[in-house]
Amino acid sequence: MSVALFVPCYVDQFYPDVAIASLELLEKLGIDVVYPGGQTCCGQPMANTGCNDDTAPVARRFVDIFADYDAVVCPSGSCTAMVRHHYGSYFDDDDVAFRHVREKTYELCEYLHDVVGIGDGIADQAGASIDVQFPHRVSVHQSCHGLRELGLGSQSETMSESPDKVLSLLKLVGGIQIMPLQRVDECCGFGGTFAVNEADVSAAMGRDRVGDHLQSGSEVIVSADMSCLMHLQGITRRQKSPVHVMHVAQVLAGRNVPVTSN
Amino acid sequence: MLPIVDHPKAARDFVTDESRSQWHDDALWFVRTKRDRQAGSVPEWEYLRERASAIKTETIANLADYLEQFEANATARGVVVHWAADAKEHNEIVLDILRRHDTQRIIKSKSMLTEECGLNHFLEENDIDVVDTDLGERIVQLRGETPSHIVLPAIHIKKEEVGDTFHTHLGTDAGASDPQYLTEAARGHLRGKFLAGEVGITGVNFGVAETGGVVVCTNEGNADLGVSLPRVHIACMGIEKLIPRLDDLAVFTRLLARSATGQPITSYTSHFHGPRDENSELHIILVDNGRTTLRQSDTFRASMHCIRCGACMNTCPVYRRSGGHSYRATVPGPIGSVLSPSKDARSHKSLPYACSLCGSCSDVCPVKIPLHHQLLAWRSELVGKGLLPWSKRVSMKAASTLFRHPTLFALAGRMGRTSLRVLPRFATHNRLNTWTKARELPTPPKQSFRDWYAANRDRPDDKRRGDQ
Repeated sequence: MSVALFVPCYVDQFYPDVAIASLELLEKLGIDVVYPGGQTCCGQPMANTGCNDDTAPVARRFVDIFADYDAVVCPSGSCTAMVRHHYGSYFDDDDVAFRHVREKTYELCEYLHDVVGIGDGIADQAGASIDVQFPHRVSVHQSCHGLRELGLGSQSETMSESPDKVLSLLKLVGGIQIMPLQRVDECCGFGGTFAVNEADVSAAMGRDRVGDHLQSGSEVIVSADMSCLMHLQGITRRQKSPVHVMHVAQVLAGRNVPVTSN
Repeated sequence: MLPIVDHPKAARDFVTDESRSQWHDDALWFVRTKRDRQAGSVPEWEYLRERASAIKTETIANLADYLEQFEANATARGVVVHWAADAKEHNEIVLDILRRHDTQRIIKSKSMLTEECGLNHFLEENDIDVVDTDLGERIVQLRGETPSHIVLPAIHIKKEEVGDTFHTHLGTDAGASDPQYLTEAARGHLRGKFLAGEVGITGVNFGVAETGGVVVCTNEGNADLGVSLPRVHIACMGIEKLIPRLDDLAVFTRLLARSATGQPITSYTSHFHGPRDENSELHIILVDNGRTTLRQSDTFRASMHCIRCGACMNTCPVYRRSGGHSYRATVPGPIGSVLSPSKDARSHKSLPYACSLCGSCSDVCPVKIPLHHQLLAWRSELVGKGLLPWSKRVSMKAASTLFRHPTLFALAGRMGRTSLRVLPRFATHNRLNTWTKARELPTPPKQSFRDWYAANRDRPDDKRRGDQ
C-alpha cells in the first residue's frame, strides 16, 4: 500500500510543520507514505472564484501526479472536499485516473479513523499508537468543508448523527481537555478569497469565533484545516488574545504548544 | 439598468458598527437555535426534508399541468384566476381590480411577491393608499424602508427606534420602547385600518392544485382580519408556490414554521377555497416574473423549491453580520443571492461572492436547495459572462500558471516568504492589503515543506513525477 501525502500550497509555504507532523504521524503508524514531487495546489482558489478554465489544467495535473498511488492523504478538509466533490466538472466521468483519485483521496483524520481504524472504537488497540500527551485545554474548530462537505462529524443543522472523527482522535491524546463552545460549528469567516473580498465581514466572523474559543477557557484552538487557523491566528495576534492555534496533526504527532507569543 | 450592488461596500456601515452587528447576529442566532430545538423534536425531520424536496421537484417538473389543474379547480370554486408574466402585469391587474371597485383603501398582509413586484410604490404613484398590516412590515413602511428579512421584516430595527417611529407617526409617548406598549399602539392603529379597508391583499404560502385552494400562514392573524371585512380579496402568488395535493401540505406546514421561527406551527394557517359568499370576490394572480427562465436552468431550477422560510438568512454568518439591506434585493441572504443574479446578473454580480461557502444554508434548508453549490455555480456563470473584475481574472490566471509550474511556484513562494521577513511592517501591513486590516499575516518560515522533505526524506521513487 503506497500512500501519497498531498500538502496544500499554503501549508507547504507557510506551515511546513503541519505537513511534517502529518508525515511523521503516518510513518509512525507504519504506513508507506511518500510526498510526490511536483505537486502544488488542488485548484480551489480559482474554482471558488468561478474561473473554471484556470482550474481545469491544475486539476488535471493533480490527478496525473496522484493517480499511481493507492491512497492520497491530505491534512485539509477543504482541499479534500475540492477533489471529492468539485473535480467532477473538470473530468469525464469515465476517466479512470480521475475516478481513482476522487475515491481514494482522504482528509487526514478521516483516513486515520476510517481506513486505519484509529479512534473508531473497533481497532482501539491502535489507539496505543497515538501515544502522546497534550496536557492542555483545547477547543475544536470544525472547518465547514470538513464538516459539511466531508461529514467529519455531525452538523448542528441536520438532525442525523455521525461520528466526530477529529474529536475521537483527539480523545486518544493523554491529558487533553476538550472545552465546549457556544456555537459548535459556525464558520470562522476565512472562505479563501472571501477573506479579502469581504474583509470586514470576514474579520467580524473571525473575531466572534475567537471570542467563543476564549470564553471556553481554551489554551489552543485545534482544527483539521490550517486555512481557518491562519485566519483565526491573524486575529488572535492582532488582538493579542491569549490563545494558540495548532493543526490536529501537530497535536497527534506530539508537538508542544508553540513557545512564541500565540 | 439597475445600479450595480457592491456587497462589501454596502455591508461596511452595518458590519463595522460592532454593537449593532453583534446585536443583529445574536437576535438571528437565537432564532436559529429555536429552529434547531424544534427540528430536533421531530424524529422524521430529515425524512420530511427529503419528501418536501421530492414533492417540489415533481411539481416544478410538471408545473404547467399543475397550474392548469389549479386554475380549473379554483375557477370551479368561483375564483377569478389571473396570469401575470411579470411585475408590471401583476401590478396592473391589481390596479385594474381596485379601479373597478372604485376603492382607495387597501389593507395588505405580508407578501414578499408584492415587494418583489414593487406593488406599494406602484399603487402610491396611482394615488392609492396601501397599509401593510404585518407589524414588522408596518414599521418599515412607516420608516420609508423595505424589509431586511423575508420573515422578520424589521429585524434590523431596535425597539428604541421603533418607539421613535411610532412617536412620529402614531403619537406614542416620546422615548417609549416597551414592546408591549408599542405593539398595543400599533394594534389600535391597525384596527382602524382593518375596519375601514375595502380590499384585502395577501400573499400565498401554498396553492393546492388538487383543490384550487390557497393557504396563507401568519402569526398575527392580520391576513384573516384583512380579508374578513372587505368584499374583495386579492391573493398574489408566485407560480412556484404550488403543491399538487392537499396531503402534501402537511409536509410543508410541519417544516415551514419550525424552519422560519422555531415554532411548531404558525399561529394562523388559513385556507381559502373560493370567495366566502355570493357578494364577495376572490382573485388569485399567478405571477411568473422570471420564474419560467429559472425553471429552464438545470443548475438553478432547485431554487424554485424555496418556501420563503428565511432559515438560510438566520443561519448565514454573512447575513447575520452584514444585515439584509446590504444585499439591495427584495430577497436577501443565500437564497436571494441565488435568485437576484438570475434577474440581472450584472447588477447582482457581487452577491454570489458574499458567501464563505460554509454550506450551513444548504443543511438548514427545509426543501434541500443546495444553496452554497448554487452560489458557487453562479460564480462560474458570472466569469463566463465576463463579469468578474479584470484584476481578479488576471490574479487567477497568474495563480493557475504558478500552480502548473512547480519550480516557479517554489521560487515565488521563497521570494514571497523572504519579502515578508525582510520588508518593514508598513510595506506588508497597509491599507492596500485587505487581509491585514484586521489580521496579522502568518510568520513566514525559512524553509517550505518541499525543501524540508528534499533535505530529510527524499527517496528516489518519489521522483516519478519530478519538478520538470
